[in-house]
Amino acid sequence: MSRFYHYLNSSIMKKQIMGVTGLLLCGFLVSHLIGNCLIYFGDRAFNTYAHTLVTNPLIYVAEAILLGIFLTHIFMAMKLTLENKAARPVAYAVKKPTGRGSTIASSTMPYTGLLILVFLIFHILHFKFGPVYKITYDGVEMRDLYRLLIEYFHQPLAVVWYVFCMLALGLHVSHGFWSAFQSIGFNHPKYNACLKNLSKVYALLITIGFSALPIYCYLQGGR
Amino acid sequence: MSAKKININLKIWRQVNKEAPGSMVDYRLEGVSTDSSFLEMIDQLNEQLIAKNDEPVAFDHDCREGICGMCSMMINGNAHGPEKATTTCQLHMRKFKDEDTIVVEPWRAKAFPVLKDLMVDRTAFDKIQSAGGFVSINTGNAQDANAILIGQETAELAMDAAQCIGCGACVASCKNASAMLFVGAKISQFALLPQGKVEAKDRAIKMVSKMDELGFGNCTNEAECEASCPKEISISNIARMNREYLKSAVTGRNH
Ligand code: FES
Repeated sequence: MSRFYHYLNSSIMKKQIMGVTGLLLCGFLVSHLIGNCLIYFGDRAFNTYAHTLVTNPLIYVAEAILLGIFLTHIFMAMKLTLENKAARPVAYAVKKPTGRGSTIASSTMPYTGLLILVFLIFHILHFKFGPVYKITYDGVEMRDLYRLLIEYFHQPLAVVWYVFCMLALGLHVSHGFWSAFQSIGFNHPKYNACLKNLSKVYALLITIGFSALPIYCYLQGGR
Repeated sequence: MSAKKININLKIWRQVNKEAPGSMVDYRLEGVSTDSSFLEMIDQLNEQLIAKNDEPVAFDHDCREGICGMCSMMINGNAHGPEKATTTCQLHMRKFKDEDTIVVEPWRAKAFPVLKDLMVDRTAFDKIQSAGGFVSINTGNAQDANAILIGQETAELAMDAAQCIGCGACVASCKNASAMLFVGAKISQFALLPQGKVEAKDRAIKMVSKMDELGFGNCTNEAECEASCPKEISISNIARMNREYLKSAVTGRNH
């Protein structure tokens, strides 16, 4: 057991846990985005999808696992950041990036991460625990999430905040996606360039894909 | 290019000993030849200081030809100065302009305490090395040179890793003061070769454990280390260490 803990607490395993949970969250983002795209097919498709999801008893298991992954990622991030700060107690008077290594994305990971956390809390409060409207299709009563979205994103500020956070998310995953592979030990000259490009494509897909949703809702004019 | 003389303003970290607080001190140095190296420039400053009965600036140096890794200095916010793949001793004053202000600081890391002025204690690297950075063999008659065949590509990779001079620029330039490029290189240079493979599992665990114990930070894959490394050691060595460690943790028997 103590051996196990020793490995788990090693710098390398901590990075690897960060990477693996990060990749799992990347997977969640894709499924979340695909599901959300049903909004383009109107209220019925979207609401029925949401209803089917939340009425499946397995949803609690899925939610618990997702929460676990999120909390592990966040806990590790905080632990690593604090340890890293402690590793350099005296700061440099002048410290400049070489321009050949770090990027805006890589150097802002803790900040974009924190912003995403704040976003996430409000996101869940607004939608999961927000006002409940009801609608009935073919005699089945369900939550009218569609109406909530259209109403909520009728406020321009809500759209701006959402898009802003999606930019941060894109920045975060553009480094995180590639970085996870490096941490696990996957680095090969044949695939490195491809992986880095894939990272950027994925980030663009996530940012544009998610940002399009509130903009679409806004364009519906609140109805 | 013919040599010019330039005047420069220096801001150098001065610290009497390990315990003393230390501060940045301004110096003016006139008539520096652009052909002189960065260390020769500091020699020139020291001569001036000694002539005035002041304490010269203490700094580490030895070979002055880019192979010993002693000349650790943070120059204008970059480890070993602004030039790519260059140690401080190989950096020349022609890279600077007349009336430039140059800030010189020691490496900053919890595991590299400042001893005096620009000198830091890098014993931490030796400790990591002695934890597992070697091959245990019975010495005796050397065997035939070609008894163990090694592919050219593998030999090149091992040599690339073995180029590390242990200067500490990776730690100094890393925002997390992580030593993973150093340890990655040291683990790789052995793990790639048949002689080193025998102890590869143990080595990865022991060297990484020692690195963690000494208070280095955790890598966040920003590659500033690779960019600052005078020997251009690649972060692919960090990836190799990561998978060596994972393999050892999962399948190692002795630990
Ligand atoms: S003095 Fe030896 S590498 Fe610079």
